[in-house]
Amino acid sequence: MTDLPPYLQISDLTMAYGDFVIQRDLSFTIHRGDIFIIMGGSGCGKSTLVRHMVGLKAPARGTVAYDGMSFWDANAAERARQLRRIGILYQSGALWSSMTLAENIAVPLEAYTILSPADIADVVSLKLALVGLAGFEDYYPAEISGGMRKRAGLARAMALDPDILFFDEPSAGLDPVSAKLLDDLILELRDSLGATVVVVTHELASIFAIGDDSVFLDPDRKTMIAQGAPKDLLRSCEDPTVQAFLRRGVTDKERS
Amino acid sequence: MTTTTSQIRMEQVREDVRRIGLSGSWRVNDSRADVGMELAALDRASGIQRIEVVDDGITDWDSALLTFLRALHAMSRSRGVAVDVSDLPEGVRRLLAMADSVPERTGARRSTDTVLWVTRVGARTVKGFRDLRDSVSFLGELTLAFGAMLRGRARFRRTDFWAVIQECGPEALPIISLISVLVGMILAFLGAVQLRMFGAEIFIADAVAVGMAREMGALMTAILMAGRTGAAFAARLGTMQVNEEIDALQTMGFSPMEFLVLPRALALILMMPLLAIYAVALGILGGAVVGILMLDLTPTQYYVQTVNALSLNAVVSGLIKSAVFGVLVAVSGCMQGIRCGRSASAVGDATTAAVVNAIVYIVLADSLISVIYVITGF
Repeated sequence: MTDLPPYLQISDLTMAYGDFVIQRDLSFTIHRGDIFIIMGGSGCGKSTLVRHMVGLKAPARGTVAYDGMSFWDANAAERARQLRRIGILYQSGALWSSMTLAENIAVPLEAYTILSPADIADVVSLKLALVGLAGFEDYYPAEISGGMRKRAGLARAMALDPDILFFDEPSAGLDPVSAKLLDDLILELRDSLGATVVVVTHELASIFAIGDDSVFLDPDRKTMIAQGAPKDLLRSCEDPTVQAFLRRGVTDKERS
Repeated sequence: MTTTTSQIRMEQVREDVRRIGLSGSWRVNDSRADVGMELAALDRASGIQRIEVVDDGITDWDSALLTFLRALHAMSRSRGVAVDVSDLPEGVRRLLAMADSVPERTGARRSTDTVLWVTRVGARTVKGFRDLRDSVSFLGELTLAFGAMLRGRARFRRTDFWAVIQECGPEALPIISLISVLVGMILAFLGAVQLRMFGAEIFIADAVAVGMAREMGALMTAILMAGRTGAAFAARLGTMQVNEEIDALQTMGFSPMEFLVLPRALALILMMPLLAIYAVALGILGGAVVGILMLDLTPTQYYVQTVNALSLNAVVSGLIKSAVFGVLVAVSGCMQGIRCGRSASAVGDATTAAVVNAIVYIVLADSLISVIYVITGF
């Protein structure tokens, strides 16, 4: 899939809170239709990187470009148009707690489509059915479990059929079976919708199961130290930090 | 003196080797030997190259022993003295090794340097100016959102708006009723004491009517709403910030200012004058109760006197005040909520700041408006 032109290009990105640099000199491209993994140890700035990619935080330096167009240099209307092509699943779902699941999903539909209320209700129940929550339209986020909230968040992220979906630690706090189901859902979405997917995670199982391409952020050196398909990194990356991460700290010697 | 359960024995084995024998129970909740003095003595001793720590019969140990050993380690490392702990129980040695296995990340420890008071004053001042700029830009953004709404371009849910109206209008009536009646009665009592001296009890009606309409109706409503609704706004929006709900709005292309702040500000600006009128009416009622029951005025007398005392100006000036207070309560509540940090304590801080700021703003604005009224003769 790498013969397609790059969809999302990060060049020379430096992220900082005030004077405190989190990561510097990040450059990588995400290709259309790929499942791209952002990995690295805890606290290395994975989620912050996503905040830069979806327009929540402006970079200290460098650019984030969709289809060759720099997001942060564009005007407000252009940015808003770009944001409508993005779907994000937040760590805890981030559902609006004062609205039912159906209302949560209906908000973007009401704002950005010309669908009638009846059509919106149909789309809402379709999206909920896709994530296995058929019949939960009238529940409030506080009334369902954490795993269900996450799936409902995914349904909301998919409301406008986005071109690119961001997942912030999708399997955090899920049991292994639910985490596996979510991985399958991500693969299915990519294959059926043709969406590009960016996943922040440090779950090895899902990294190898779904990742086509990846970037590895190191909190100590404050930059990216590897990129490529996770399976290739496991085989051929020589950096000890990356190897330790991908093998849960187990070296080859201990394995044999 | 209490007997200690742990013992330290110092022994000079050779000229450059000091042996420390440990015995007894080394537990956190035991009364232990004063290790500080021993460490200080060791620190003063010169010529020691090596310290051997030996087990003279340690019966029991926990973190207490480990902290002593780590302090010993730190001291000896800074003096280039080797410490041999190979005689101690295996568990102790393994835990010590574990604590040393990951070296302290350089720069991770927060510096606790004492800061000069000049620096603190400076930092506070800079922060004060930044807060002021924040408030002004928040007001600006809110104004733009109002503009967008007038052009029909603001995006927020009508149902949210009605829910807020319900929340800060009808649902506030019970507490407003109680306080207004009581304030009206208090005004009447205060006035009665003075006016009775002149036999001018009937003017109680004037005092209560004008006092409520010009001042107390708007002021009491505003302070109640700051504590009731302003705090609720800050807590609600702050929790949304903690849950990334506000991020979710932004990344879907909604402006939190239009979606969350605008309906709340609008609802308060509309409801506050209505609540104030209601408060004035109930205050006058409270005053009438005192006047009729205690001062032997007839209801008709009181009514006629009140109607004569109340001018349209008095009522309108109170209404203008209460609308301004509505903006202030909404702005300070919403602003603290939106700017809230991402922890539970930040939500608490935001709520406190929302109420305190709102009350300060209300009192300042009240003084300013009263001065303007006096100057313009309104």
